[in-house]
Amino acid sequence: MGKNISGVVTGVNGNLVFVKVDGSIKKNEVGYILVDGKKLKGEIIRINNGVASMQIYEMTEGIKVGDKAEFTNELMSVRLGPGLLSRVFDGLQNPLPELAEKCGFFLERGEYLNPIPDKDWEFTPKVKAGDTVMPADTLGTVPEGLFEHRIMVPFGLKNVRWTVEKIAEKGTYNVEDTIAVIKDDKGNTKELSMVFSWPIKKAITNYEKRLRPDEPLITKIRCIDTFLPVAKGGTFCVPGPFGAGKTVLQHMEAKNTDVDIVIVAACGERAGEVVEILKEFPELTDPRTGRSLMERTIIICNTSSMPVASREASVYTAITLAEYYRQMGLNVLMLADSTSRWAQAMREMSGRLEEIPGEEAFPAYLESVIASFYERAGKVRLRTGEIASVTIGGTVSPAGGNFEEPVTQATLKVVGAFHGLSRERSDARKYPAIHPIDSWSKYKGIVDMEKVEHAREILVRSIEINQMMMVVGEEGTSNEDYILYQKGELLDAVYLQQNSFDPIDASCDTDRQKYVFGLLYTILTENYSFTSKREIRLFFNQLRQELLDWHTTAFDTKEFYDQEQVIKDFYLKKVIK
Amino acid sequence: MQKIYTKIESIVGNVVVVKADGVRNGDLAMVGNSFANVIKLDNDRVYLQVFSGTQGISTTDPVKFLGKPMMVSYSDKLLGRVFNGAGMPRDKGPELTDNMIVIGGPSANPAKRIVPKKMIRTGIPMIDMFNTLVESQKLPIFSVSGEPYNELLARIAMQAEVDIIVLGGMGLKHDDYLFFKDTLEKSGAMGHTVMFIHTASDPTVECTLVPDMSLAVAEKFALDGKKVLVLLTDMTNYADAQKETAITMEQVPSNRGYPGDLYSCLASRYEKAVAFEGSGSITILSVTTMPGDDVTHPVPDNTGYITEGQYYLKNGRIEPFGSLSRLKQNVNKDTRDDHRALMDAMIKLYSSYNESLEKKSMGFMMSEWDEKLLKYGELFESKLMDLSVNISLEEALDLGWEILAECFEPNETGLKTNLISERWPKKV
Repeated sequence: MGKNISGVVTGVNGNLVFVKVDGSIKKNEVGYILVDGKKLKGEIIRINNGVASMQIYEMTEGIKVGDKAEFTNELMSVRLGPGLLSRVFDGLQNPLPELAEKCGFFLERGEYLNPIPDKDWEFTPKVKAGDTVMPADTLGTVPEGLFEHRIMVPFGLKNVRWTVEKIAEKGTYNVEDTIAVIKDDKGNTKELSMVFSWPIKKAITNYEKRLRPDEPLITKIRCIDTFLPVAKGGTFCVPGPFGAGKTVLQHMEAKNTDVDIVIVAACGERAGEVVEILKEFPELTDPRTGRSLMERTIIICNTSSMPVASREASVYTAITLAEYYRQMGLNVLMLADSTSRWAQAMREMSGRLEEIPGEEAFPAYLESVIASFYERAGKVRLRTGEIASVTIGGTVSPAGGNFEEPVTQATLKVVGAFHGLSRERSDARKYPAIHPIDSWSKYKGIVDMEKVEHAREILVRSIEINQMMMVVGEEGTSNEDYILYQKGELLDAVYLQQNSFDPIDASCDTDRQKYVFGLLYTILTENYSFTSKREIRLFFNQLRQELLDWHTTAFDTKEFYDQEQVIKDFYLKKVIK
Repeated sequence: MQKIYTKIESIVGNVVVVKADGVRNGDLAMVGNSFANVIKLDNDRVYLQVFSGTQGISTTDPVKFLGKPMMVSYSDKLLGRVFNGAGMPRDKGPELTDNMIVIGGPSANPAKRIVPKKMIRTGIPMIDMFNTLVESQKLPIFSVSGEPYNELLARIAMQAEVDIIVLGGMGLKHDDYLFFKDTLEKSGAMGHTVMFIHTASDPTVECTLVPDMSLAVAEKFALDGKKVLVLLTDMTNYADAQKETAITMEQVPSNRGYPGDLYSCLASRYEKAVAFEGSGSITILSVTTMPGDDVTHPVPDNTGYITEGQYYLKNGRIEPFGSLSRLKQNVNKDTRDDHRALMDAMIKLYSSYNESLEKKSMGFMMSEWDEKLLKYGELFESKLMDLSVNISLEEALDLGWEILAECFEPNETGLKTNLISERWPKKV
């Protein structure tokens, strides 16, 4: 790596430290400030007249002019290898439970632990000496929880073609043991262990082809899967004012979504919410595998009280891990909560750097940074022919709940689905509070598009009639319109709303959704005969009640079909033949 | 060893600049007779924020660096005492200097937190039943100026069962300070209370120190296994003080003049609310006044994103809409089996009541359904929402069923059939 470059601190401003350097440094290189025997990690974000501006990932109290700094010649990176699943890291990939063991209740600064556990793994080689391999090719596998974790040729090797000189035999090896030696055409050899590094701000692109995201990602949330679908390898965003249920919705997605791995980046949000995942997920079973939900989850947790600079790094750490597992042929969902905090971290840095501010003091490069982040999602075909994907879902916390602000607008430009949460719906306890009309999706769902469109029209009409009734009153509304209004309300109450606390209603799988939507669609498109508005109201109240009871019966059981019969008997009485 | 500098280069706002070396970021200094702390270093130029303000400071005043960060004394001697924002006694008691602890320390490791499970009973139905307060929660009261928010805060403090109360007052009117002091003394709670009070006439910088002081002390008590309730009033004054400092430091403002790091500033304070594994807890109840009743104002807006819910105080009542306790799910499943369902149903109906009320005010004919809702809404407001109501959670739930039965048929409530058959009051 060459000689270590060092420098001297010349100034401190918040979490920005200025270092005078002699010698060669590069932008975005990682360096450390030496304070009281501790090394505080930072990244060079600007170089000006031989003075490097470093953003420090820790609190900067106690740093003084004249303190030493040293540089690593490496970009901000994460370590990739077996043993990452079910773990909890901070934004710099420090394992938090291990840190707690070492330091106790508080996060001591300047403590960095190895994210890859020092563990032995059962290695099975997949190549033999003499084989030609390329970066990201599989050398062998180790079993990690549910998956065959692939030990791959490091992605970043400059040369493309390598020959396997030596490969370890099947057996147990430590994660840091050399398991292979490879040689390029010039005769340079490289020893490989199960672990390697990758810079977090660079996308991993060792796949054959990027494909169009056209396969629905099942979240088991009716409102999303039927009306506002997300695709595997797609992107979606969830903006909403505080208290509208962004985080609860994301937790539901993290629990129920039909993917192999979920990576949750709690970025600048409440620590309590992360604790909920930490304590709750290990107890829940993943219905797909019957194992603990935690086994498919990684949490990157940089809560709001942790240093701002590492908050910015945390979303990149998360997406890099997602891409790493995608290279193993898996479908990964990455959830970022919340991207606004990440944008605010950029704003704070930009302000300290005295850059010319853009709208609401966000930096001018905000849009391009957000766009390139979401572009890291994608469905790809690997060189092995497998199809794998990374789906990104980000929440946005717009100031004042106003979607016209820069972060929401920049996000909406690049995502494929928009699940906007509304204050009115959450105030009325209509959860999930996704606004069914304002939100949109460009992906294909699980139910026939025409029927969905028709149901949506009923909803739109219902809302219009409701608004009209505000002006002309119930008595000024025709019975036909009033029925249509009640139909829309019914659709909202029994389909769009979902009780995330009911063990059965909380996750509604594809078959059930199709089945329930089928019946509901028939109910909505029938013509009914009533004599009074009172009768209409009573009829729909009763129907709503029966349908809600139906949601709490397990699918494909006797109770389910019994209740279905009750519903049919009830509504058919009023249908005009 | 301690060098004294006597050449102040510039004085802008509350910040003075002096040339010195070997000074550490965040350290404490004396400028004249006032404390100050280092907020920025630029080669040999040291930027100091003077706590008592820079009025009357001369360029030749002595500047002395103390070589340590801002600290506060921690011991049981704190109890029953009142201090100002710089940690100096406000009452007639002695200055405390033993066992000094650093303020604004590092954040708690999320892996060491536990999921809060204990309800804090307040006897206020709008809190206990609809938005339960939970131990280790951070919850602000959003209020318009003029609402009885300090009274509400004091009442919750009196009724909540906690070991220690820490009151942080920022920009408090002197009357309000006396009100808290009298209330606490009268109820005998003063013996387990510490107060850090900054009144409206005190220097601005001290205002920004009050939350850090209060929370540093609270944290130590919590680590000693105590249940601590921290009351902070009013956080909007704190944010305004931060704004003042940021503007004089020529920081680029982000929204309505507030600094870009307002969110981080508030978050690092509120996040001190915690339940430690195997030890005590900190619950934070604060007041955020909303200028012009505007919840999108940067202070309440940022606060809402940080805290675990909020209570809206409006027209002397805690509004059910907008008020939210995010942690209530952790506790309301274990209170009584009908708690959650009843709560949701009653709120949905109350929301419909408001629609009917709107229609009525526009002069529409009220349908039979509207009449039912109107009756319900009035009962709901008088029997449950009124702040003077002081009943236990169980009584409140029973009352809820009675109100429903008085106004509606069972299938109009949207409640599940099995709950209705179990709980619906029999007609007399």
